[in-house]
Amino acid sequence: MSVTQPPVNSAHIRRLDPVLEPGHTYASVTDKIAAVVLTRPLGIGWLAGFTLAFSITMVLFGSIAWLIVKGVGIWGINIPVGWGFAIVNFVWWIGIGHAGTLISAILFLLNQKWRTSINRFAEAMTLFAVACAGIFPLIHTGRPWMAYYMFPYPSTMGIWPQFRSPLIWDVFAVSTYGTVSLLFWFVGLLPDLATLRDRATKRYQQVIYGMLSMGWRNSARHWHRYQSAYLLLAGLATPLVLSVHTVVSFDFSVAIVPGWHTTIFPPYFVAGAIYSGFAMVLTLAIPLRKFYGLEDFITMRHLENMAKVMLATGLIVAYGYFIEFFMAFYSGNKFDVFLANQRLHGPYSGFYFALILCNILTPQLLWIEKVRRNVAALFVMSLIINTGMWLERFVIVVISLTRDFVPSAWGRYSPTFWDYSTFVGTLGFFVMLVFLFVRGLPAIAIAEMRELVARDSHGKKEYQ
Amino acid sequence: MTGHRTYVHGVMGEFETPEQLVSAAKRTREAGYKHVEAYTPFPIEGLSESIGFRWTAVPLITLIGGITGAITGFGLQYWCSAITYPLNIGGRPLNSWPAFIPVTFELTVLFSAISAVVGMIALNKLPQPHHPVFNVDRFAHASTDRFFLCIEARDPKFNLAESARFLQELNAKHVSEVKDEE
Repeated sequence: MSVTQPPVNSAHIRRLDPVLEPGHTYASVTDKIAAVVLTRPLGIGWLAGFTLAFSITMVLFGSIAWLIVKGVGIWGINIPVGWGFAIVNFVWWIGIGHAGTLISAILFLLNQKWRTSINRFAEAMTLFAVACAGIFPLIHTGRPWMAYYMFPYPSTMGIWPQFRSPLIWDVFAVSTYGTVSLLFWFVGLLPDLATLRDRATKRYQQVIYGMLSMGWRNSARHWHRYQSAYLLLAGLATPLVLSVHTVVSFDFSVAIVPGWHTTIFPPYFVAGAIYSGFAMVLTLAIPLRKFYGLEDFITMRHLENMAKVMLATGLIVAYGYFIEFFMAFYSGNKFDVFLANQRLHGPYSGFYFALILCNILTPQLLWIEKVRRNVAALFVMSLIINTGMWLERFVIVVISLTRDFVPSAWGRYSPTFWDYSTFVGTLGFFVMLVFLFVRGLPAIAIAEMRELVARDSHGKKEYQ
Repeated sequence: MTGHRTYVHGVMGEFETPEQLVSAAKRTREAGYKHVEAYTPFPIEGLSESIGFRWTAVPLITLIGGITGAITGFGLQYWCSAITYPLNIGGRPLNSWPAFIPVTFELTVLFSAISAVVGMIALNKLPQPHHPVFNVDRFAHASTDRFFLCIEARDPKFNLAESARFLQELNAKHVSEVKDEE
């Protein structure tokens, strides 16, 4: 110990921002979060935002209706690019969902207390993203009313799914993911629904929250089993979330198409999923805390931590891009070398450079503390990263399919109006669900916030 | 209304902090009460143990669900691919088990998760919209900032006046009788 070491309470040591601003009690956190749902009147901002999102959702439904009438020919897909926007959007949306499960399950197992105020809406985001993702492979089948063919059921034709195909693995992975995310979310909500039931003053609120909370009465035995189930769900969701994007990457990497057939795909897809998911959590959290005055609960600490996770996963993604190039040249496989050159110099190279700019170069600004602590900068950054992640999937799908082995099989791809309207439609659908969620259910886990208050009031110092 | 008789479910004391509740729960058990329940706005470490509840079947149910899922997942694929609908593709083995791992894994997780949630809800005897404790006016605070301890009438040692006095001695702020109609 040197004599010059500053005292522990020195102003020279930068304190971490609190996870919860001081001065809150059990009642104050409960009041503040429940009031958003129970008593706050519908503002003009919410109504305007909801109306816009609802209108865009109608564009989605219209586009799907037209697709069912006319078939997938209204899209820009062709031979060789049979996947196009539908699969790009599917992978993008399902990736976004991953941050919700990461926050709610993995950070729970790692005992990271800062997850508490963001886990609820991150899980909601997961569900809504999976709902958007699920639309695409379904309508991409061309005859969505036949989609049940993918499930193993005793058909009169006596045929069964091909379980050696990653596309069937995908059906199981995504449907399991959606179901488990919903269960996890509902279990987390159960005590909060009971809180809303007890505080509701209007009859219809009492009836709705009363039914949803199923008679939860906060008894010690209930809590004991609840905690046991919650921990088990977290333990189950952790390998599940890693498996889902791994299986999605198998859709590509099990094929022999140049640019897809690489072993780096599973880890780099998972990292990319978490990367884009955290970006989406920031995109939602920043307006939410601002408009509903929740800055005490979603503090700079949360935003900065999420920025750090983005920086770390962004670097893993950058490493993935690098290894793709390295392996192409190191292997000497002429198709892989050709594809790498096509990414840099081919007809879609503009997308590739935009991707590098969005996903690798811009996020390096997150090394700077001032940027990580600037709310506006983080918001813009989150939009840039989500754009970049969408471009990544576009580059993977389109460049490889338009430039595979034989020049006679090459082609070009350009999306049509219906491709764009469907994609933008899912954005509207997602935002609409988020709008409904923040007014219908507690956006922050109330019971867990009370736990945090109890912990803080006992003077237990938090570590990192 | 005829035929509606009220009965006593128990007697309930209200506490202001988790520490008071845990120590009151311990002393209630020490005093010989067996059927005691605590109600708190968030889970409190050690509370369920102090009212004599240690073991829950939720992990076991989850394990059984997981094993069922694994067997179902692998069995389904084996039966489909090797028995009922075998496809000979270049003489490759029908029981290509490495290709069956992803779906086996997913179904293991799916069955475990459903078992954990359904098991938790069923063991908690939910959905149960009505319970006598809801008749206590102040009980709504159990989901905000108050901590309750209820000595139930089915306890052999229960006596309304005595048990209420006992709770008062434990420094409960409000002590109320929990009644319900049959």
